[in-house]
Amino acid sequence: MEITLSSLLAGIVIMAAPLVLAALGETLTEKAGVVNLSLDGTILLAAMTGFLVASKFQSLTLGFLVASKFQSLTLGFLAAALTGSGVAALLATIGVWLGQSQVAVGFALTFLCRDLAYFLGNPYARQKGPQLATLPIPGLSEIPFLGKVLFTHSAIVYVSFLAIPCCYYFFYHSRLGLIVRSVGENPEGCWARGINPISVQMLATIAGGALIGLAGAAFSLAVKPGWGHPQGCEGIGWIALALVIFGSWNPIRVVMGAYFFGLLQVLGIYFQDSFTSIPPQIFQVAPFPLMIFTLVLIHLSRNTKNRTIARWMRLFSGKPPKWIGRTYKQS
Amino acid sequence: MIELINIHKTFGKVQALQGVNLKAKAGTIHGVIGENGAGKSTLMKVLTGFITKTGGTILHNSVEIVCNSPADATRMGIGMLYQEPLDFPQLSVIDNFMAGADDFSPAQQRTTLAKLCDTFGFSLLPESRLEELTVGERQQLELMRLIRNGTKILILDEPTAGISEKQQELLFTALQTLKDDGATILLVSHKLEEVTSLCDTVTVLRQGKVVGEQHRPFQRDDLLKAMFDTLPEHNSPPEKKNNGSPVLEFNAVCSTVGRSGLKEISIDIHAGEVVGMAGVDGSGQSVFLKTSIGLLQPESGNISRLGQPPNISFGKKSRKTVFLPADRLSEGLFPGLNVREHHILATGNSVFLTSQKGLKKSQQAIDAYSIRGNPDTMIEDLSGGNQQRLLLSLIPDEVQLILMENPTRGLDVQSAAWTWKHLHKRLADNGAIVFASPDLEEIMEQATRVLVFYNGEILLDKPTDKTTYQEISRAITGQISKSPSHS
Repeated sequence: MEITLSSLLAGIVIMAAPLVLAALGETLTEKAGVVNLSLDGTILLAAMTGFLVASKFQSLTLGFLVASKFQSLTLGFLAAALTGSGVAALLATIGVWLGQSQVAVGFALTFLCRDLAYFLGNPYARQKGPQLATLPIPGLSEIPFLGKVLFTHSAIVYVSFLAIPCCYYFFYHSRLGLIVRSVGENPEGCWARGINPISVQMLATIAGGALIGLAGAAFSLAVKPGWGHPQGCEGIGWIALALVIFGSWNPIRVVMGAYFFGLLQVLGIYFQDSFTSIPPQIFQVAPFPLMIFTLVLIHLSRNTKNRTIARWMRLFSGKPPKWIGRTYKQS
Repeated sequence: MIELINIHKTFGKVQALQGVNLKAKAGTIHGVIGENGAGKSTLMKVLTGFITKTGGTILHNSVEIVCNSPADATRMGIGMLYQEPLDFPQLSVIDNFMAGADDFSPAQQRTTLAKLCDTFGFSLLPESRLEELTVGERQQLELMRLIRNGTKILILDEPTAGISEKQQELLFTALQTLKDDGATILLVSHKLEEVTSLCDTVTVLRQGKVVGEQHRPFQRDDLLKAMFDTLPEHNSPPEKKNNGSPVLEFNAVCSTVGRSGLKEISIDIHAGEVVGMAGVDGSGQSVFLKTSIGLLQPESGNISRLGQPPNISFGKKSRKTVFLPADRLSEGLFPGLNVREHHILATGNSVFLTSQKGLKKSQQAIDAYSIRGNPDTMIEDLSGGNQQRLLLSLIPDEVQLILMENPTRGLDVQSAAWTWKHLHKRLADNGAIVFASPDLEEIMEQATRVLVFYNGEILLDKPTDKTTYQEISRAITGQISKSPSHS
C-alpha cells in the first residue's frame, strides 16, 4: 500500500476523533472535581446502544413514515449520548450527591457497563448496520493537501474538531466554565459565593458523560463500524483517562495527546501490512504501551536539568484540580 | 441595622450557640470578641447562611430575613471575609474576582477591580496566580469582591491574623471608609488592642452566650474578665525539679507554616520541666510542636532535640521522643486495628511477634492503665479517655521528651486527672513534657513553666508560680510587650 502524508494525517484525524470526544468529556468532569472512572465501560455500552438504535430505526417503517438513513444515524448518536449521560448521572448521584467513593463506583460501573454491552448486544453482533458516510465539505475539501486531511470526513470527525475550540472557550472565556473550574478547586469557596457546588458537579459530570457517549457511537457508527465482541474500542477509555492526567487537565494538551495516540494506531495499521511476518496482534496492541511509555517520558523529563527540554516541558505542566475525587459535604 | 435574636446552633450534642442576641447599627464597626470556641465564627457563619441555625431570628432593618445559604445572604447585601480564605489558589486574581459574579464581562470586571484597587490603595495584578499572593493580598481581593457585590453588611473573621502591619493599616483605613459610607461592619477578633481602637461597640461571647456588651470608651479590664470568665485563684503548680540537661533547644527558629508561622523562636527546655503553651489557636504552638518532632522543617535557625537535629527517627532513637497529636483517632492511632495490634506495632524491635506475646503485652497494659476494653477491642470503639490511656500505654519506657497537643481534649475530669498523674510519674526527673492547651487552668495546675504564643512569637515565658491568670490572658490577647527570655 502506498503511504502518502495526507492519507496518514487523515487517518490520524479519524482514529483520534472518538478519543478527542471522550478525553474532553473526562476533562470537563474532572475540572469540576469529579473522577468518572466508568469511561471504558461507558464507551462500549454507548457504542452498542448507538449501533442498535441506528440499525433498528433504519429498518423501521411506520405507515408512510420511513426513517431516512440520516435520521436513524442521528438517533443512534443521540441514544449513545443519552447512555453516556445516564451512566454519568448514576455515578454523580452516588459519588457526588450521596458522597460515596467516586473511584469505587466508577470501577464498578465500568465493568457493569462492559458486561451489559456484550450481553445486550450479543444478538446484534456481526450484523450489518448503518454507517456514517464521508461528507466532503464543498469548497474546503478541494484545498490541496489540507482538504484531504481535514475536510473529507464523516460528520462526527467535524464534531470532534468543533468540540476542541468550544471546550476551550467554555473553560476559559465563559461564566459557567469559570464556575466549573472554581468548584474543582474549592467547593466550599463556591458555596460561600452563592454557588451550589453539588449541582455544578452533577451537571458537569452528566454533560461530560454525553461527550463520552458520543465517543462510543463514533466507534460503532463511523470509525470502527459495527458491533461485536470485541468491538475494537476496548481500552480506549483508559487511554482517555491517562490523557487527561498527563495533559494536566488542559483541554488543548489533552487533545494533542489524543492525536498522538491516533498516530500510533495508524502507524500500527500501516506496519501490519508492511511486515507480514510479525503477528498483527503486536501492532494492534503496541499503541497502548507506547502511549503510556511516552506519557511517562514526558512526565520524567519535566524534572530535567536541560534548559531547552525544560522550557518545552513547562508547556505540559499543570496542577490537578485541588478537590479532585473528594466529596464535598455541606456543613 | 442587623439584629440577631435568640440564635441557637447545635452540632450533634455540642451547643455552639445558646440564645445569642446582637444588634449592629449601620455606619458602625461592631466588635465580637471571645476565647477559642466561644462561638464567634459560628455566629457569623449563621448570619451568612454558610451554616444553618437551629433556632432564632435575624432582622434586617426590623424585617425578618431568611438566610439559608450564602446565595441568600449575598442578595441581601451580607458578605463575609472568612478566617481561612475561601478562594481558588490556582486561578488568577481576575478569575477569583469574577467567580460567582452575575455578569461575566472580563474587560469590565478588570476596570472595576482596578478602580477598587485605586480607592483602597491596594495593588494587585489581575493575571497573577492567587497562590503567589500573601494572605493579606488574598484578603484584599476578597474584600473588593464583596464590595463589588454591593455588600452593605460586612463581616470580618480574624482579619489581621497572618497579615503584615502595612496590610493591616490599609485594611483598617478601608474599613473606616466603608463605615463612613454607611456600611455595617462586624469584626470578629481575639485581639483586644485592635478591637478597642477600631470598634464602636463590642459584644463578648463565652461558651455560646453573650456575656457582656460595651460601647466606646471601653473598660479593657472588664472586657478581659468577661472573655476569660472570673479568673480563678492561683492553684499550686507542681514543684519544679532541678534543672537537668537540655532536652529541646530552639535557636532563632523561623517558620512560615500556618497563619502565623514562627518568628525567631529561641528557647531551652530542660529535663524535669513541664512546659504549658497557651495562646489562641494558630498562634504558633502547633507549628512549634510539629517542628520539634521533625514533622515540619524550619525555614531558618537551629534546633537540637536530645543533642540531635530534630529529624523523624526510626528504630531505637525514635523511642526517646513521643508526640501525642490533638486528633487522637486520625493522627495518633490506627482505626481498624485493635488494642493488641497497637501493642504489637509499638514493640517494633522484632519482625515476628506472635499474637500470644502481643496478647500478653496488651493484657498487662490494660491492667496497668485501666483501659476499659479487651485486647480485641477495635480502637474506634474505645471512648476518648480510654484512647488516651492506650496512647499513654504505648509510650516507650526510654522516653525523655513528650510533646502533646491538647492532652486532655474530650476527657472528663477524672480521666484528665488520671492522665496528668500518670504523666508526672512517668517523667519523674529524667525527661520533659511540652504541651499546648486551650485550657488555662490546666496549664496553671500542671505546668512548671508557661509559654504564651502570640502571632508566632513567644510573648510570655515565666515559671508558673511567678505569673498570674491576668498576665497570661493579657499575653494571649497581645496586650503585653515581649518579655526577655527566661531560662
